[in-house]
Amino acid sequence: MDNVKTKYFTFAGSPDKFVLESGEILRDVTLAYETYGELNAERSNAILILHAFTGDAHAAGYHEGDKKPGWWDDMIGSGKAFDTDNYFVICSNVIGGCSGSTGPSSINKATGKPYGLDFPFITIGDMVNAQKALIDELGIDKLLSVAGGSMGGMQALSWLVKYPDRIRSAIPIATSAKHSPQQIAFHEVGRQSIMSDPNWNGGDYYGSEGPDKGLAIARMIGHITYMSDVSMEEKFGRAQKEGKLPSKFDARFEVENYLRYRGDSFVKRFDANSYLYLTKAMDFYDASSGEPLDTALHGAKAKVLVIAFKSDWLYPAYHSKEIVKACKRAGVDVSYCEIESTYGHDAFLLEAVEEAHLISHFLAKAAKNKEHK
Amino acid sequence: MELLTKQKNVKAVGVEIDEKAVHDTVEKGLSVFHGDIDSGLSDYRDKSFDYVILNQSIQQVSHVEKVLEDALRVGKKVIIGVPNFAYYKSRFQLGVLGRTPITSNLPYQWYETPNVRSLTLSDFTGLCKKHGVKVLKKIFIGENKRVPFLPNLFAETGIFLISR
Repeated sequence: MDNVKTKYFTFAGSPDKFVLESGEILRDVTLAYETYGELNAERSNAILILHAFTGDAHAAGYHEGDKKPGWWDDMIGSGKAFDTDNYFVICSNVIGGCSGSTGPSSINKATGKPYGLDFPFITIGDMVNAQKALIDELGIDKLLSVAGGSMGGMQALSWLVKYPDRIRSAIPIATSAKHSPQQIAFHEVGRQSIMSDPNWNGGDYYGSEGPDKGLAIARMIGHITYMSDVSMEEKFGRAQKEGKLPSKFDARFEVENYLRYRGDSFVKRFDANSYLYLTKAMDFYDASSGEPLDTALHGAKAKVLVIAFKSDWLYPAYHSKEIVKACKRAGVDVSYCEIESTYGHDAFLLEAVEEAHLISHFLAKAAKNKEHK
Repeated sequence: MELLTKQKNVKAVGVEIDEKAVHDTVEKGLSVFHGDIDSGLSDYRDKSFDYVILNQSIQQVSHVEKVLEDALRVGKKVIIGVPNFAYYKSRFQLGVLGRTPITSNLPYQWYETPNVRSLTLSDFTGLCKKHGVKVLKKIFIGENKRVPFLPNLFAETGIFLISR
């Protein structure tokens, strides 16, 4: 798919308002989104793709002039798992983010300046409520499926709990119904790294040099948690750079160079305040708001496919099994597969062959169910 | 499972430990849980299913009594297929030849078998008795035919319909 273009949908313009789960109010909310394939006449073939923490609306195909395709191009397109010959695929950026949707780096109309920390707290449920506004706008009553990995999986789960009648299936991948203390701990180190950078300046850094160093270190920590012991061994081993280094503690090992490179390139595309807001949204997420998850899922008619990966230690398989268990107890039709992979948490972006096989057949079945009704 | 779903229009869920077989099951449009039977049943509420089918799997289970109890708890009835290690051909191989039996129904060498239990049909009915499990129906099968008498000697497999 060439010449894919990002579109923008703005809603809740005054006097309307977008009420957040915290009770705070946002106005003029913009969502960046892309679509691939065609919506059929019955409007029954739409699938919403939900991106992970630092992802964006550009899930597939090429933007004009780009050399790299969207982040899940292996999975979305003609003949792929989310087959654009059959399905109308939508991917929207989340609110609170920094890739075209309203977030802390957006201009606050009331002050004419970027929100910074005046931006209200955002939850996973708020992200889903905003997506629902987009789905309403597109005239889609019922999505064939909602699918995503990691934070995207949380959104899929949130759709299942909040809007069970608006979806026919859900595919939460490498995710969790709520974060463990270990996951919160890694996020907290990332946040501390950003907030201890003097350039962060209480979140008020727009127009001047931002907390690049702090954000880069946060990303380095993130990347460690996305890989596995085995995948790092295979990718880097103990390989070292040849020659004399400018200073004693410059990066000698390949793995050091890789993390520094990833950190430095990340700051060019991501906003530090969005990093803070989105990690908090994930940490506070609890799919069932304190009650047993199976109670929250009770009565959901959607079919569910849960996928986990063996070497994922950030979102370990037992987190996925908790979701499966709740589905079983709630009488929700659920399938579960734990894919053998050494890629760690990144596997949900990399193990496309196995994922595609499961998802394509699961979707075909979900689509067929409709025809019989 | 595919036949049951298509011909009898039942709602069925599989429990499968092998990843390749999980993929095959999803490919057939069926629901499946990737995991062992020990963990696959315990999550369900009481009487979630009309039938739980344990087909030639009890000999591969670590915690036999727990799985049997779980199956009888989550299913109103349980259909269980049990291999008979006391089949006369097995007895001959072990008793006369002094070798670990290999039969068409239990075709594994001792060093590669997935079976961790060697039970007989009498062993199984003994276990049912111990747990107060009702045997509602039983059939015994030899090499492709019903076995009318002395099943613990002449049957390769026993199929039992049991309940609490």
